[in-house]
Amino acid sequence: MTLMQKFLGAAAGIALTAGAAVADPAMIFDLGGKFDKSFNESAFNGATRWAEETGGTFFEIEMQSEAQREQALRRFAEAGANPIVMTGFAFAGALSEVAPDYPDTKFAIIDMVVDQPNVRSVVFNEHEGSYLVGIMAAQASKTGTVSFIGGMDIPLIRKFACGYVQGAKAVNPDIKVIQNMTGTTPAAWNDPVKGSELTKAQIAQGSDVVFAAAGSTGLGVLQTAADENILSIGVDSNQNYIHPGKVLTSMMKRVDNAVYQAMMDGPDMETGFNVMGISNDGIGYAMDENNAALVSADMQAMVDAASAKIASGELVVHDYMSSDSCPVE
Amino acid sequence: MDKMPAWADAVLVPLISLILAGVLSALVILAIGESPVEAVNYMVKGAFGSTNGWGYTLYYATNFMFTGLAVAVAFHARMFNIGGEGQAMLGGLGVALVCLYIPWPHWSLALIGSITGAAIFGALWAAIPAYLQARRGSHIVITTIMFNFIAFSVLNYVLVNVLKPAGAMDPATAKFPEATHLPTLHDMLAPLGIAFSKSSPANVTLFVALAACVGVYYLIWRTKLGYEIRAYGFSESGAVYAGISPFKIIMVVMLLSGALAGGMAVNNVMGEAERLVMNSVEGAGFIGIAVALMGRSHPFGVFLAAILFGFLYQGGAEMAFWTKIPRELVVVIQALVILFTGALDNMVRMPLEKMFLAMRKKGDA
Repeated sequence: MTLMQKFLGAAAGIALTAGAAVADPAMIFDLGGKFDKSFNESAFNGATRWAEETGGTFFEIEMQSEAQREQALRRFAEAGANPIVMTGFAFAGALSEVAPDYPDTKFAIIDMVVDQPNVRSVVFNEHEGSYLVGIMAAQASKTGTVSFIGGMDIPLIRKFACGYVQGAKAVNPDIKVIQNMTGTTPAAWNDPVKGSELTKAQIAQGSDVVFAAAGSTGLGVLQTAADENILSIGVDSNQNYIHPGKVLTSMMKRVDNAVYQAMMDGPDMETGFNVMGISNDGIGYAMDENNAALVSADMQAMVDAASAKIASGELVVHDYMSSDSCPVE
Repeated sequence: MDKMPAWADAVLVPLISLILAGVLSALVILAIGESPVEAVNYMVKGAFGSTNGWGYTLYYATNFMFTGLAVAVAFHARMFNIGGEGQAMLGGLGVALVCLYIPWPHWSLALIGSITGAAIFGALWAAIPAYLQARRGSHIVITTIMFNFIAFSVLNYVLVNVLKPAGAMDPATAKFPEATHLPTLHDMLAPLGIAFSKSSPANVTLFVALAACVGVYYLIWRTKLGYEIRAYGFSESGAVYAGISPFKIIMVVMLLSGALAGGMAVNNVMGEAERLVMNSVEGAGFIGIAVALMGRSHPFGVFLAAILFGFLYQGGAEMAFWTKIPRELVVVIQALVILFTGALDNMVRMPLEKMFLAMRKKGDA
């Protein structure tokens, strides 16, 4: 028994020395690391914004191994962190096992649904944002052909592609949309050279606006589009600045807003299914001085109209993942 | 004899190397403005201060025991197997196939089945470089490291095209059936009245690893085959003169090495994840090289070095949890330990040897 007491004492000691500022939130980044210029970094920015505005502090950890997922969740929960926010669908398995053990702790998972009473599942309506940039692509195109480059061929990326095609066809029913996926493995998220080759192939087939939803691979797409003097569309965060005057817009997925909101809500965070779409600023398209000259008043009006219609529910964009198929090609 | 006593060689040299690595790490932590004392405190408490910490430390140590033994066995025949990473990946595939496609009635049978599967897949993966070395003289270092990349591509292909459940996002197999889930240390110690953390991943595979340590010891030092392996390692021409077939030794030793590296998959794929993911090995194959070097290719040394690296992994994670020390620095500390114990071995050994000789001369005079 004394041994057990020693263990408990040690555990309590760790909790104390850790400051155990009860109800500090925690942020867990996936294996990509927090400075990935994309998804995780956006989450980090949201957490940092919360810390700056409230003067609070948050625990954070970057995953080093698969075995650490459950460990990180439990350690933070035991230290009293609340809420605990994590990025990426890979946490789903660990979270559904851990969440029932800590009913008083709130968890938020981004990009995945975990059905537990103390979990907020944040998912994004990527198809809505893709629809908007599809409208802009079709209007900006002079050749009547636009294109899409996805990263890894998973349902989530097909959801992007499907929304994009729907948007483009809404402007011009005869428009041709070329679609390519970079690969079928996680390496496809980080292959700018292949992204560049695919872009060149699409240009050869007449495309003059290309939308990249492919992580770091997209940087190669944007570069080649700028070199070859066609327009490109960025993804996730605002990428307009990368090639000013060459990037038509960026489809923004506000992971930072989702993280910021979860931390703002604190331990009283409402749980359940949380859909971030156009109506609640979770999804949007980027406008700034870098693309102002590319977007005509006409284009802007049409996008804003569509945006308002989607927000009000008047216009429903088909979600690929709801049926595993897309009505248009 | 101009050698230092065995205890100094086995204990003092690694210990001084470790202390040097520790001092350098402390300087690095100081340089980024954190307290090294606090960092060490977190590491030790995190790795050994609770049964949960012990569970993770032993889990990592189990991985390193397998890969460390794999390198050690091959090294006795002067074969430098740096393909542990790929062999463990393929071992994982063996475990996954055994667990997914055979309806096991009980975990104990599934354990035997998956040990066999992991060993066969790991051994087969090592067999190709071994054959090329034995028959064609292709250097084992080059071929085994290239086979790591091939293993990655093979696993990639199989996971994406064959084993991935329909509609899943990440390239991974489905969860293994309930009957193949191995008992954790918590399940095993509970009947004895010992409360062990429920959430830590250490499992029955730890005892398989310990058995492997004992088995390797008997093989190398107590059997005829072990003698032949060591004889071949000391002198190939001498061994040939004594009638030992180099082809046989290279093949046997590499098959064994691959089987041991593959055995790691029983711990991480079957014991922890309970499914096969893309990056399941996570560098343990390479850590095995450091473990074997530090353990002087002796199973007991490998055991101790594996615990040390388990401590560095788990303690490093705890340090990253509670301090602002970034995870990259944990890698720096691990690298320093490898550098001092592996690469800079002679830096400590030579002055120490001189010191012992000087002392002995004094004693004689």
